[in-house]
Amino acid sequence: MKIAVASGKGGTGKTTLATNLAAFLSERRRVVLIDLDVEEPNSGLFIKGQILKKEDKYKMIPEWSGECSLCGICQDVCEFHAVLRLGTQIMVFPELCHSCYACSELCPESALPMVPKKMGSIKQIQTDGFAFVESRLDIGEEQAVPLIAQTHKYIEANLKDEEIRIYDSPPGTSCPVIEATKTADFVILVTEPTPFGLHDLSLAVETMRELKKDFGVVINRFDLGNDDVPDYCEKEGIPVLARIPNDRHIAELYSQGKLIYKHVPQVETQLQAIEQFLEEKLNGGRS
Amino acid sequence: MKEIVVISGKGGTGKTSITASFALLGGKNVVVADCDVDAADMHLLLQPDFKQAEDFYSGLLAHIDTDNCTNCAVCADVCRFDAIPVIDGQHTINEISCEGCSYCARVCPEKAIRMEERNVGQWFVSTTKIGSTLVHARLGIGAENSGKLVAKVKNEAKVIAEKNKAELVLVDGSPGVGCPVVSSLSGASYVVLVTEPTVSGLHDLKRVYELVHKFNISAGCIINKADLNPQMTDEIMDFMAGENIDHLANLPYDETFTKAVTQGKTIVEFDENGLRRILEDSWEKVKKESDKQRRGI
Repeated sequence: MKIAVASGKGGTGKTTLATNLAAFLSERRRVVLIDLDVEEPNSGLFIKGQILKKEDKYKMIPEWSGECSLCGICQDVCEFHAVLRLGTQIMVFPELCHSCYACSELCPESALPMVPKKMGSIKQIQTDGFAFVESRLDIGEEQAVPLIAQTHKYIEANLKDEEIRIYDSPPGTSCPVIEATKTADFVILVTEPTPFGLHDLSLAVETMRELKKDFGVVINRFDLGNDDVPDYCEKEGIPVLARIPNDRHIAELYSQGKLIYKHVPQVETQLQAIEQFLEEKLNGGRS
Repeated sequence: MKEIVVISGKGGTGKTSITASFALLGGKNVVVADCDVDAADMHLLLQPDFKQAEDFYSGLLAHIDTDNCTNCAVCADVCRFDAIPVIDGQHTINEISCEGCSYCARVCPEKAIRMEERNVGQWFVSTTKIGSTLVHARLGIGAENSGKLVAKVKNEAKVIAEKNKAELVLVDGSPGVGCPVVSSLSGASYVVLVTEPTVSGLHDLKRVYELVHKFNISAGCIINKADLNPQMTDEIMDFMAGENIDHLANLPYDETFTKAVTQGKTIVEFDENGLRRILEDSWEKVKKESDKQRRGI
């Protein structure tokens, strides 16, 4: 089963839930946790283990061979202004390139072969209980989607047989989230009971419905704020899987990079509730 | 005119609450741009009137004219984004996967694919509850090019600031280190980094500062919830000293933040636990430091 942990708003406890849930479920099952929040990968801060593998990841960009008739077709076909004919030169702007190959393949003289450019790296770590894969975008690289796509491929190639995959997704509702949750069987949206939480949750819900995903909500810092989030979930018929209490002790453990559920029994109870919910999903068949 | 950009790398550090407080302290002299277009929340605190709304188009989207399509599959062969699956025997564009590169349209032998502008969201110019101007936006679901919508929001804010002779544009930036943040940062006179003393707070601060450093913009930092982990706060202070980042303030772990948000207010509208005074001090420092930048000191 592939479970994505996502949230409209950042800082609601997505990484906390993903790491704790992975550790908790791995007590009984084979689990792999994948950090797809490639712009700010944080899961690794809470996980200690041995690095088994590290791979650099590349995107393909055109590189001018240095000699051509300067016909300008490459510049004309690029919708992203990543290729420019300047005097007697063809210039490529790698950060604008979407790797569509149009300039390279439509060049009548094959003067723009595609070459790899590093955009980030993937690390595989083995902890006591589970496998962990971190995907990290290089600073200055603007596009998260190609790296997320390659991370999915890495998992298929290396960790296909783990019973449970947990994706720590990027926040928001735009393209990186969609790429991260694309293959998930179930999406857990983490929110908090404040107007910010509710507003961003409603955007995330819209996104999940658009993608026709099966999803549920976990409310973090449950005893804070007001009842608008639980009321909204009830009205919309969205299952609330768990309610994690607001507790300074939890915030302190988090600040030190520690897993929470081993120290706070109420959190363990909530993780049990999530496990039970997911189990029923599994047994009831995937819709 | 100066442009102050507030960013955080990590979400949930209090960036929007702090930016909204600055907006209130700045009054009508400040034009606010909510560039966190992916999760735009500033309007919940500044209560704008959504006076003027406009659609935003960016990038292209392929359409297949099924009458002329022979399903030869040339389009699907060249598409690097797996955006042209065959559904019920017909090649069809997956709108979410399509990057708008036009490669398919260029190679279709039947000329059966046309490219259309893509509506990716809306942007608004509003008057806030204190009478200042807020430029904000809403990105469509799964839309690309949020960096371009960020640029649009910022540029509109600048145009309005020039016209109204406002001194400052205050930008609530996007999270992360990707294209929306890059767009938020370009042209900034001063950056305010909001962080928290957690392992992830420091980690994300370092990453986003690397980006700020590349842009060669000076920055100051506010540590929110500073008493949550004093040791980590010290570590952040060391990092700031090493990088020449101005220390603007330490805010306590305080539920006034949540209380204010729940009532649709900014923190400075509550006079509790001295938070207002700390934020007033930081705002003065921000204005002073960004002034130095402008005058090249």
